Amino acid sequence: MIDFLVHALYLIGAGCFVFGIKKMSRVRTAQRGNRLAAAGMLLATVATFIALGNVNYTWILAGLIVGGTIGAILAKRVEMTSMPELVALFNGLGGAASFFVALSMFGSLYWDMLRDESVEITIAETIGGASTGVALALSLLVGGITLSGSVIAFAKLSGKMKGAPIILPARHAINLAAFAAMIVFGGLAVFATTGAVITGILMYAVLFISLALGVLLVIPIGGADMPVVISLLNSYSGIAAAMTGFVLLGARSGSEGALMLIVCGALVGAAGIILTGLMCKAMNRSLLNVLTGGFGDTGGSSSGDNSDYENVTSYSAEEAAMLLDGAPQVIIVPGYGLAVAQAQHAIAELDALLEKNDTVVKYAVHPVAGRMPGHMNVLLAEANISYDKLFDMDEINGEFKNTTVAIVVGANDVVNPAATNDPNSPIAGMPILNCHEAQNVIVIKRSLSPGYAGIKNELFEYPNTMMVFDDAKKAIQEMVKELKELG
Amino acid sequence: MGSLMLIAGLYVFVLALFLGVELITKVPPTLHTPLMSGANAISGITIVGALACATSAAFSGSNILGFLAIVLATINCVGGFAVTDRMLKMFAAPSKK
Repeated sequence: MIDFLVHALYLIGAGCFVFGIKKMSRVRTAQRGNRLAAAGMLLATVATFIALGNVNYTWILAGLIVGGTIGAILAKRVEMTSMPELVALFNGLGGAASFFVALSMFGSLYWDMLRDESVEITIAETIGGASTGVALALSLLVGGITLSGSVIAFAKLSGKMKGAPIILPARHAINLAAFAAMIVFGGLAVFATTGAVITGILMYAVLFISLALGVLLVIPIGGADMPVVISLLNSYSGIAAAMTGFVLLGARSGSEGALMLIVCGALVGAAGIILTGLMCKAMNRSLLNVLTGGFGDTGGSSSGDNSDYENVTSYSAEEAAMLLDGAPQVIIVPGYGLAVAQAQHAIAELDALLEKNDTVVKYAVHPVAGRMPGHMNVLLAEANISYDKLFDMDEINGEFKNTTVAIVVGANDVVNPAATNDPNSPIAGMPILNCHEAQNVIVIKRSLSPGYAGIKNELFEYPNTMMVFDDAKKAIQEMVKELKELG
Repeated sequence: MGSLMLIAGLYVFVLALFLGVELITKVPPTLHTPLMSGANAISGITIVGALACATSAAFSGSNILGFLAIVLATINCVGGFAVTDRMLKMFAAPSKK
């Protein structure tokens, strides 16, 4: 009877997750969807308490209180511009939680093996069978990569570590060797009759190699490829949870929630995979190309970049404001520079002022603008800019032709016409926002330094382009001031 | 584990993957960041497994690992859902004007 109640609650919880995600497909219902999913989590937790029954709750309560407090503080304090870091951190914690559970399960079952030392047996024969053993190794492998990879991604995104790719010599060989070692060690640990002690050592070796591999895999990947990395690690954190679910299936106690881990892990895994695919498509690169890393490490710091430009015209914010005054339609193109400069509120102010002058204001958001999928949309939402003014690349690209002014705020490679004009460019074939088709383009940028791809941007030399060299926030605030004086 | 259990688990896993792909392809790019942080919260489901790992008062390796897993999974659940709610509130705000 208790069993029935527990599983009924789990099933309702899983339903809450499914319908919660379904509601996330519309802005209007998304908040309700998220709350529904949270209710599902509460149900699943309550069901687990019922299943556990009369046990000692000291550690459990302590864990819930500590975790809940940290989680609530993080969620309340984080700046919207720092969302990519927070999501990277959460990915890592998810991966870690999964392999901790797997290790804890392994530990308690492992004692049986130690006690039985006279007989040489394998994990495949004792601890829940071969499939549990394999799931255990996979949980450690995926969870470990997720944790250490996310820590590196977090460090890069938060500026604690340089965003530039770090290229080790022979890194592909090292990575392949590490991967092969994990498969061999994991296989030996599960299937070989090496005795309990060595089995334990092998399992921990799998974990430590996977932790090292996570670091090795993420350090060669540069800042602007982070949307792909975060999406992929998001997927991994789901897969790690699902693998832990398979470990629990074979456990003697605490296996009630195993299917929940498998279901939710698969849902999260799918979300990450889809976002990864979308991000790669938006850069016209394969996942393998992104993951092997090192993209754009040729340019960046070389000092000769500025001299490569000819005919660049620099303007003041005042001249830019005169162009904006009375323009029928303005399209704003936000990029990572907007997040760095925290310019979203200044843009909202400019937006309001332009709309008062009967200018139609729209926003063109490239899928990989910023450091994670949807990063720009969240920042603009924070500044109270209505989401129906935000358009995807495909929706708005035809409109630049009929636009008086396109304002590029802190974006670079995603507006570089070389992607379509120059078949030899490193970014050839990458879909871009066709800003150059607008009658006038205002580019707000601190200098002529190249973007992530390390190449020069032809757009800056176009006759219809005005360069405003300044911090995004300052430049826009000045434009607002000048516009007010004109009006 | 019994082979039937494993097979049932694999069925559930694969079907849930398909369901996830169907559901998530429909989420518009505007909501991709909240989708990710929401997905983070959902991956905190590991809490269900973590709770079962720390069920005695003893100061043992298993209990400590279980405790750590509970802490991390709870940060994911509470933090993930709360920050997603905070973001989605901002998305909802302008349309009310």
